[in-house]
Amino acid sequence: MLTNRSKVVVNKQMSFMERIYLPAVVGGLMTTIKHLFRKKTTIDYPKEKREISENYRGQHILKVDENGAERCTACGLCAVSCPAEAISMTAAERKKGEELKYREEKYAAVYEINMLRCIFCGLCEEACPKEAIFLTDRLVPVSGERDAMIYGKDKLTEKHYNEVDISKRQTPAVLAFKQNKQYQHNQLKQTR
Amino acid sequence: MVSGYIIYKSIMVVVVFLIGLGIAAYSTYAERKVAAFLQDRLGPNKAGPYGLLQPIADGVKMFMKEEIIPDVSNKFLFILGPCIAMLTACMTGVVIPWSTPITINGVSYPLQITDINIGILYVFGVVSIGVYGIMIGGWASNNKFSLLGALRASAQMISYEIAMGLSIIALVMMTGTISLQEIAAQQSGWHWNIIYQPLGFLIFITCAFAECNRTPFDLPECETELVGGYHTEYSSMKLGFYLFAEYVNMFISSAIISTLYFGGYNMPLIGRFVTDPNMLSILGVVFLFAKIFFFIFFFMWIRWTIPRFRYDQLMHLGWRIFIPLSILNILLTGAGILFFNR
Amino acid sequence: MTLYIFYFLSFLAVLSAFMVVYSKNPVHSVLYLIITFFSIAGHYILLNAQFLAAVHVIVYAGAIMVLFLYVIMMLNLNKDTEAQKSNYLKLAATVAGGIFMIVFIGSLKGVEKIENLSAANQSAGLIKNLGQVLYKDYMLPFEMASILFLSAMVGAVMLGKNELK
Repeated sequence: MLTNRSKVVVNKQMSFMERIYLPAVVGGLMTTIKHLFRKKTTIDYPKEKREISENYRGQHILKVDENGAERCTACGLCAVSCPAEAISMTAAERKKGEELKYREEKYAAVYEINMLRCIFCGLCEEACPKEAIFLTDRLVPVSGERDAMIYGKDKLTEKHYNEVDISKRQTPAVLAFKQNKQYQHNQLKQTR
Repeated sequence: MVSGYIIYKSIMVVVVFLIGLGIAAYSTYAERKVAAFLQDRLGPNKAGPYGLLQPIADGVKMFMKEEIIPDVSNKFLFILGPCIAMLTACMTGVVIPWSTPITINGVSYPLQITDINIGILYVFGVVSIGVYGIMIGGWASNNKFSLLGALRASAQMISYEIAMGLSIIALVMMTGTISLQEIAAQQSGWHWNIIYQPLGFLIFITCAFAECNRTPFDLPECETELVGGYHTEYSSMKLGFYLFAEYVNMFISSAIISTLYFGGYNMPLIGRFVTDPNMLSILGVVFLFAKIFFFIFFFMWIRWTIPRFRYDQLMHLGWRIFIPLSILNILLTGAGILFFNR
Repeated sequence: MTLYIFYFLSFLAVLSAFMVVYSKNPVHSVLYLIITFFSIAGHYILLNAQFLAAVHVIVYAGAIMVLFLYVIMMLNLNKDTEAQKSNYLKLAATVAGGIFMIVFIGSLKGVEKIENLSAANQSAGLIKNLGQVLYKDYMLPFEMASILFLSAMVGAVMLGKNELK
C-alpha cells in the first residue's frame, strides 16, 4: 500500500433509507440550489473584461516615432531571438522622398508575425534595439482561417496620432536597462 | 345572455391559450437561465435586457430555418405528428380552475373555461392521445432511429400513465369528486391534499416528469446521446412544435399538480386579511401562478440534479415499484377513510 | 344542432371503419380505427355519458390502440409483405361475415324499445349513477369480469414464457 487512499470494495446491501433514494435526491437538490446563489464563474465578456496583469503580453505593435515614421529597420534581431520562429521579414532600402514614412535608410518591406506560432514570450521586444516592437495588453482575436492569423504590417503598424499606449511595458527602468550596455545581461548577449 | 356567455368563454379560451403559450415560451428562457445559474454560468443575456427577448429570437430562428420533409415519408402523417403533440398540450388547460368566480354587477364569471364533471379523466384522455403525436411522428419519419425513439417514448408514457392513474384514484377516493373545481375548493385553508396524500403526490409528480419527457426520464429525446429520438427527422417549426409542446405540457402539469395537491388557488390565512370575494379571487390567480412557477422551477431544478435513468431502470421503476406502491396507497387511503370516517 | 353533429359523427365513424378494412397499409388501418373510436366517444358525449366517453378514449384510443400501433410498427408490415389469401379463406370470410350480419340485424330488431329508455334517464351515463349501478346492482358481474381479465392476463404471461416445465 503506497498511499493511504485505497479503498476496499464492499458489496454491501443498501439500507432502506438508501434504497428509497429520496434522501439522496433531496441532498442533491440542496447541492444544486446552493449553486444558484453562488458567485458566477463566467463573465459577460465583451461588456466586462477580466482583469489582466500589468505586464500582460498580448498582440504586438510596430511603433512609429513622433513624426509618424516607422522605427523598424529590419535588422532581424527580433526574428533571431524568437524561440517560436514566428517572425519573418524582408528588408528594403528607403527611396528619396520617403523620409517621413521610414525613420532610417533601411526598413521592413514585409513584416509578418504568425500568431499561431507566437508564444507571446516578449523576447522580440527585449531584443529590439530601435524600440520598434512592443507587446500590448490587447488580445489577439480568433479567426476561422489559418491565413488570417499571419499578421502583416497592415495589422501590426500603429497609426500616427492614434498611438497605442505601451507605457506599462516601456517603464523608465526598462528603458535605462536597455540603454546601458554595462549591465551583465547586455554584455552576455554581445559576447555570445 | 347566451351570446354574452359565448363571448366570455371565447375570451377565456383565448386568454388561457395565450397565457399558456407565453409561459411556455418564457419557460424555454427560464430553462436556460436556471441551467446556467445552477452551473455557475450567466446564461443568455444578449437579446434584450437580461436576454428577455431570447424566446422571440428562438422563435424567429425556428421559423426561418429550412424545412426538410423526408422524401419517402408519408407527408400528411409527418405533419400531423407535431400538430397532435401541440394540440393535446394546449387542450388540457381547459379544465383547470384558475380561481373562484368573479362577480361583477351580480353576474358571476367563473375563472375556468369549463367545469366538466369528469375533470381529471378528461386530462387523462387528452394526455393519452398525446402519445399518438410522438408515435405518428416517429413512424412517418421513415427512419429506424425515429421509429425506435417513438417506441421508446410511447412505452415510457403508457407505463407511467398507469401509475399516474392509480395514484389519482387514491386522491379521488378521498375527495369524492373528479371535478377539478370541487377538488380545489375542498382544499381551502390548511387542507391541502399533499398532507393527506404524500405518497400519492410523490408517485404523481414522478409520473408527471415521465409524461413530460423531462429528466430523469428524458429517454425519448436525450438531446445528444440517442440521436434525438422520435424527432430526428424534424426540422424548422415542426421540431419547434414538438419542443414547445413539451414546455406547454410542463406548464399544464405544474398547474394540475398545484390544483390537485397544493390547494390550487387557495392560500392559508389569506381570508383574515382580505374579505372582498373579488379581491380574493384575483389573489387566488396570483397564488396559483406562484405555485405553478415554483413547480416549473422544480422541473428544471430536478433536471440539473438527477442524471437520466437507464431504460431497464425506468421500466423497473414504473412497473415494479410505482404500480405496487400506488395500489398500496389506494389500500392505505381506503383504510384511512374507513378508520377516520372522513 | 345535435342532430347534425350526430349525422356527422355517424358518417365519420362508418367512413373510417370502412377505411380500416379498405386501406392496404396496416398502420393506416390502425389510425382509421382510432378515428372510429373517437367518433364513437363523440356519440357517448351526445348521449350525455361523459364518463363513458372519457373512459372509452383513455382505454381504447389511448391504451389499446397504442399497443396495436406499437406491435404493427415493430412488425414493419406493409403492402409488399402482405400475404396473399387463398380463395378458401376468402370464402370462409364471406360466410363468417354473412353470419355476423344476420346476428347483427337480429339484435338490432328490438332497438325501438331501448330508445324510450335512454330518453327517460338523461343522467344515466354520469359517473355517479354509473358507479351506483355498477357497484350496487351489478356488483357480482362487474367483479367477475375483472377476474376474467386477470385470468386472461395470467394466461398471456404463461403463453409468453419460453420455458414451461
